[in-house]
Amino acid sequence: MTAPVEADQPPVAGPGANLIIALIVVVLGVAGLAGSLRLDVGGPDAPGPGAWPAMVSTALIVLGLVLAARARRAGDAERFGRPGLLVLAAVGTMVAFVAVVGTIGFEIPTALLALVWLRLLGHESWRLSIALSLGVTVAFYALFVGALGVTIPHLF
Amino acid sequence: MDGLSPVLDGFAVVLEPENLLYCLIGVVIGMLIGVLPGLGPAATIAILLPLTFGLEPVTSIIMLAGIFYGAQYGGTITSVLLRLPGEASSVVTVFDGHALARQGRAGTALGIAAIGSFVGGTLSVVALTLVAPLVAGFALDFGPPEYTALALLGILLVATVSPGGRLKALVAAAAGLLLATVGRDDFTSAERFTFGSLSLADGLDFVPIAMGLFGLGEILYNLEERHRAAQAPAAINGVWPSRADLRQASGAIGRGGLLGFVLGILPGGGAVLSSLAAYALEKRRAKHPERFGRGAIEGVAAPETANNAAATSSFIPLLSLGIPANATMAVIFGALLIQGVTPGPQLVTEHPDLFWGVVNSMYIGNVLLLIMSLPLVGVFVRILRVRPAILAPITTLITLIGAYTVRNDVFDIGLVIFFGVLGYLMKKAAFDPGPLVLAFVLGSLLETSLRRSLLLFDGNPLLFLTRPISGTLLACLLVVILLPVARTVLARRPATPVNR
Repeated sequence: MTAPVEADQPPVAGPGANLIIALIVVVLGVAGLAGSLRLDVGGPDAPGPGAWPAMVSTALIVLGLVLAARARRAGDAERFGRPGLLVLAAVGTMVAFVAVVGTIGFEIPTALLALVWLRLLGHESWRLSIALSLGVTVAFYALFVGALGVTIPHLF
Repeated sequence: MDGLSPVLDGFAVVLEPENLLYCLIGVVIGMLIGVLPGLGPAATIAILLPLTFGLEPVTSIIMLAGIFYGAQYGGTITSVLLRLPGEASSVVTVFDGHALARQGRAGTALGIAAIGSFVGGTLSVVALTLVAPLVAGFALDFGPPEYTALALLGILLVATVSPGGRLKALVAAAAGLLLATVGRDDFTSAERFTFGSLSLADGLDFVPIAMGLFGLGEILYNLEERHRAAQAPAAINGVWPSRADLRQASGAIGRGGLLGFVLGILPGGGAVLSSLAAYALEKRRAKHPERFGRGAIEGVAAPETANNAAATSSFIPLLSLGIPANATMAVIFGALLIQGVTPGPQLVTEHPDLFWGVVNSMYIGNVLLLIMSLPLVGVFVRILRVRPAILAPITTLITLIGAYTVRNDVFDIGLVIFFGVLGYLMKKAAFDPGPLVLAFVLGSLLETSLRRSLLLFDGNPLLFLTRPISGTLLACLLVVILLPVARTVLARRPATPVNR
């Protein structure tokens, strides 16, 4: 039952990365606890709005500390490598999309995002990238604006 | 006959031509998106949710049922053709399904999987029709203490059977519970973790979280994966299984259906457990167990029937108790809430039209899946041949534009991107996003029930144990916590004599 389905396994992260992951969990818990304590925690007979988040944040801190203690033995996380830059670039295009969609409508950002992903990230040919990005924009306009009546900002 | 009339009325609604058309569209696009490697049912439903927003509640639920079954089957297609299971419950299908594909019998494997899925799903809906109202009737007596215990048990069980490590699943669940506290407190109206943002005052919406973690996170992860081995799907010939194949698989389909239904009711990955159990059962019963893993038709029929039966019976805790049993059910739970349907014990009595609309749409979804899956297999093979570089921007744009439709707010697109990045990072760090989404969905119910219980008990938590149902559920909770500890201790024991 445990036969590997994927022979091509990604490289595993080291103990340092595992420790950082655990510390992020602890920091999240500490931040949550600090935010909860600023609210009214109340007592057991009348818990305030801060009580539940404080309990959950404490659990996060404890779990994060256990993760940190096991960081050396953990071998399930993947290492962040060069392909991660591709993801970073993709996220950049999406952030640009959300930044301008409210002012210039969705058509130009849609075409540009598709073009960048196809040509620069996917290494498709210029001809295919341009044709597909225009085709996708027209199809999405027909689907979302035409057929579904979505009120997303649009130029036309 | 009085008891039957709401069921029959539900059928009359579901069988209207418009509803049938939307169910058909749901099955087809559910399969189209679900067939994309890496996108399981939860991701597919999350990505396609916005398509159902503009429709009437019953129509949108019917379309959702179509998407659900289509997406389930989409995962099977990639298991057989690419050796890539769409989700954990299709992992065992890979062993014999892909072996059959290598022998040039991919069509037979997909045909048997479709028939098994149909039989398992339909039997399970029939049983659900009978069982769900009974469970809902029983749950009408549930008060805040029972819901506290039930929600805690549900989250813990899902975390326990999570594909990642148990500890990381608990971290994800705790993060989900913390995210659920964002917004105005139900009791005092105090703002929590809103940072002065008006968009956060009403809390985080479930849809951008599910779309980001399951959908966009998976797309970003696959973007990285794309530079590893590219795979070509196996060739397809006839998809109709021969009479001999059907005869050989019939017993496995029957047993798988029964096993799947029973195990699917359990919270926490019933579909995964049932597919594994059904495969193991068939292998144990076989006269020649060595055939398994080398293309045994029962090795595809049993797990595929079981996982579809389990996927359907996992609707029982959702519809009758309002507790989603797994991540996919959590997404469906959110989708039903958007349509104004609050799953829970009152649904069957207060809104029988919607309850039976949901249940009956599953019958139709199953039938349409069977009708559409076999003739369309060739289309899916063609989709799998399309380069991921072309599919990725299209799926991403559907997700981004779809996110806007949740509240017609650009802020939600930003949320999807945020949770997409979080989903990607979680996947890299081996955290399963399923427990986070499930805990987020149950977070509000858990907190409200706990605070009401404590008010009721005058702050004494020991009184949870004095009520029979909450006491029993908490005892189960203790077993779930202690069982892995006991198993670890027992596993270490045999090492002693060897060392001596």
